[in-house]
Amino acid sequence: METKKNLNPELDHLLDDLMNYLDEIITQSKDKPGALIPLLQEVQKKYGYLPKIAIKKISHDLNIPFTEVAGVVGFYSFFSTTPKGKNVIRVCQGTACYVRGGNELLSAVKSKLKIDVGGTTKDQKFSLETGRCFGVCGLAPVMTINDEVVQRAKPSNVGEILKQVKE
Amino acid sequence: MVTLQINNQSVTVPEGTSILEAAKSIGVKIPTLCNFEKHEAKGACRVCLVDVEGARAPIASCAMPVNAGMKVQTNTKSIREARKFVLEMLLSEHDGDCKVCDRNEDCELQALAFEMGIKTIRYEGEKTYKHIDDSTPALVRDSGKCIKCRRCVTACAEIQGVGSLFPQGRGFQSIIGPAFGDDLNTVACVQCGQCGAICPVGAIVEKDHIQGVWAALDDNTKTVVVQTAPAVRAALGELFDYEPGTRVTGKMTSALRELGFNAVFDTNFTADLTIIEEGMELLSRLKNVLVDKKPAALPQFTSCSPGWINFVEFYYPQFIDNVSTCKSPQQMFGALAKTYYAQKIGIKPEDMVVVSIMPCTAKKYEAQRPEMATNGIPDVDYVLTTRELGRMIKQAGIDFRNLPDGEMDAPMGIGSGAADIFANSGGVMEAAIRTVYEIVTGRELPMEQLHVEPLMGLKGLKKASLTITGTVPAWSFLEGVEVKVGVAHSLSNARLLMEAIKQGETFHFIEVMTCPGGCISGGGQPRFTDDSVREKRIKAIYDEDEAKTLRKSHENPQITEIYKEFLGEPLGKKSHHLLHTHYHLKDDLKSDK
Ligand code: SF4
Ligand code: SF4
Ligand code: SF4
Ligand code: FES
Repeated sequence: METKKNLNPELDHLLDDLMNYLDEIITQSKDKPGALIPLLQEVQKKYGYLPKIAIKKISHDLNIPFTEVAGVVGFYSFFSTTPKGKNVIRVCQGTACYVRGGNELLSAVKSKLKIDVGGTTKDQKFSLETGRCFGVCGLAPVMTINDEVVQRAKPSNVGEILKQVKE
Repeated sequence: MVTLQINNQSVTVPEGTSILEAAKSIGVKIPTLCNFEKHEAKGACRVCLVDVEGARAPIASCAMPVNAGMKVQTNTKSIREARKFVLEMLLSEHDGDCKVCDRNEDCELQALAFEMGIKTIRYEGEKTYKHIDDSTPALVRDSGKCIKCRRCVTACAEIQGVGSLFPQGRGFQSIIGPAFGDDLNTVACVQCGQCGAICPVGAIVEKDHIQGVWAALDDNTKTVVVQTAPAVRAALGELFDYEPGTRVTGKMTSALRELGFNAVFDTNFTADLTIIEEGMELLSRLKNVLVDKKPAALPQFTSCSPGWINFVEFYYPQFIDNVSTCKSPQQMFGALAKTYYAQKIGIKPEDMVVVSIMPCTAKKYEAQRPEMATNGIPDVDYVLTTRELGRMIKQAGIDFRNLPDGEMDAPMGIGSGAADIFANSGGVMEAAIRTVYEIVTGRELPMEQLHVEPLMGLKGLKKASLTITGTVPAWSFLEGVEVKVGVAHSLSNARLLMEAIKQGETFHFIEVMTCPGGCISGGGQPRFTDDSVREKRIKAIYDEDEAKTLRKSHENPQITEIYKEFLGEPLGKKSHHLLHTHYHLKDDLKSDK
């Protein structure tokens, strides 16, 4: 498959790398039945997400329609098509946190960052995810920034908390 | 064979038959929404529930093979209620309004709701995500009306070998559509409309051109001419309760006149012209290769079917030079209407509006291609599907069934029987062979009824070969040459043919029609089309051909006239300018699917 460098500028520096890597892993598993999902998993593991161009190449080389591969990617929650931000925020939606306002906390983070769960801010600084109980229910509602726990977070403090995260 | 009981009646069917099919064989109808024709049952909709003795819950009959001794009930109180519940759930999510829906005339969901006697919607559920995708020239998708039956997924992947539609996402949030829920113009969809032809509801329909056509007809400054493709006359009647396969050419002509078109012409006229131009193109490619030892792309591919052109551009771009440079009959017609005919009646091309009636949705795409314009003016302005024409006739209050038979106008209203068969898979090839054989040998094609038997019918991939002997001097280089032709319909079969060519199988001429059986079951034809309907329409087309005395393109007197008066000679300068084109590669993001 021919690729053009300017297809997706954000990928420029990764492109050669990615294509070589894909060629290598696709050649290894191309003729095995059920090669698709393991291939996607490998790429996801290495890059943290599935760039569209990689999905296109896999679709092309495995001879599976792009739309069908996209459907498979979208079906499993462990696949993501957006690169993760520098800082990953998780808001707990477990029962204890929920009862003590975890939902409002999530809404506040969403509206502050202007992204949905699973999304990444335009400046790539933050990604937002949810979790089910981080095991610190006594401190509910809880959110984490990378591996650091923020306890008794209040929706009204969200702005302040996010501001303190380093560039 | 397996014997079972359905509604206390004994029935014997081959092993592997579904309960649904077994019931059908004894005249017991079970409602269905997702299942269609011979395609593997997906069991997605669950309205086909039946009661099987010993089973804990009702069973989806389309996906359940029969067992010996099975006792099935299809019409008990609990089954009626179970089906009704399934339908009520579908309706509670459904985001559509029948009164203003394109499918109000033939929606399977609406019909089923009526049949089951659903009077109120008892549950108000969360509505299906609604997004209207009108990104392509041919189709409009409305996800709010989609019932996720996946028929379109099967049609696109299995019949067409394209795979532009697939479930995206998970659970209730999932939608059926192109990659990542994006619009159809982001994937390599060929615009054939087979997905919309098979969709039970109004989730995929053709883009409306009716409004534009009414506006043109109401505009006194415009001369509005209409052309009709051959497949339309074998199917339009179905919209007025005629049996499939009833020919309504004469009534259709009268209806078009009553609608107010200034001239009613026949795409068959330019189908005949296509045969002359494309036949000569083939002969000149053969001469290049055989005599002048110059390279020329062989096999030559027919270029009448715009979905097929898209398919080559997306999936086999290395074969783009094999596609005949001839525009399709629809586009040749438009180009000539706005030059030859416009001059004849003394009007400017910009004051003429050309409307086509086509069995096809991809023709809407074709008409707006930049390659399909002459001096910046599009050859064809509006393309109505057969279904849209039916609607216009109804809107105008025309009593179709009682119309007299009309005749088409001169000078572009005569078509040979060879042009009629453009509607059937194998027909373009047969028409070309009728003419080319006679040009090369000076004799009529020596075949029963002029038919090339091996190229007829619903077989997906058809081949024939013909050894040429007794040539006239001008074509003596073809003496003894065995000409090999291949015919495919539906793009999954076209793919098989293309792969055979890639593997080195020799052909000189290839005909591909995008839709199953040819244009007779195009994406714009009356619903619902299955093989039994296809066969009837195919027969109607061959009947139309055989009923004519004029059955060869080169004998069409209007064709002789247009070369004499206007075009000069086949493949000449004027033909080149008006009737031929070159296709371009699509952008590479899409061309690798
Ligand atoms: S798709 Fe059918 S049920 Fe839905 S609005 Fe249209 S006609 Fe009515
Ligand atoms: S128009 Fe044809 S190619 Fe496009 S999505 Fe529908 S079936 Fe597939
Ligand atoms: S678009 Fe139509 S055919 Fe496709 S899944 Fe939805 S309802 Fe079924
Ligand atoms: S027709 Fe059987 S599940 Fe849809």
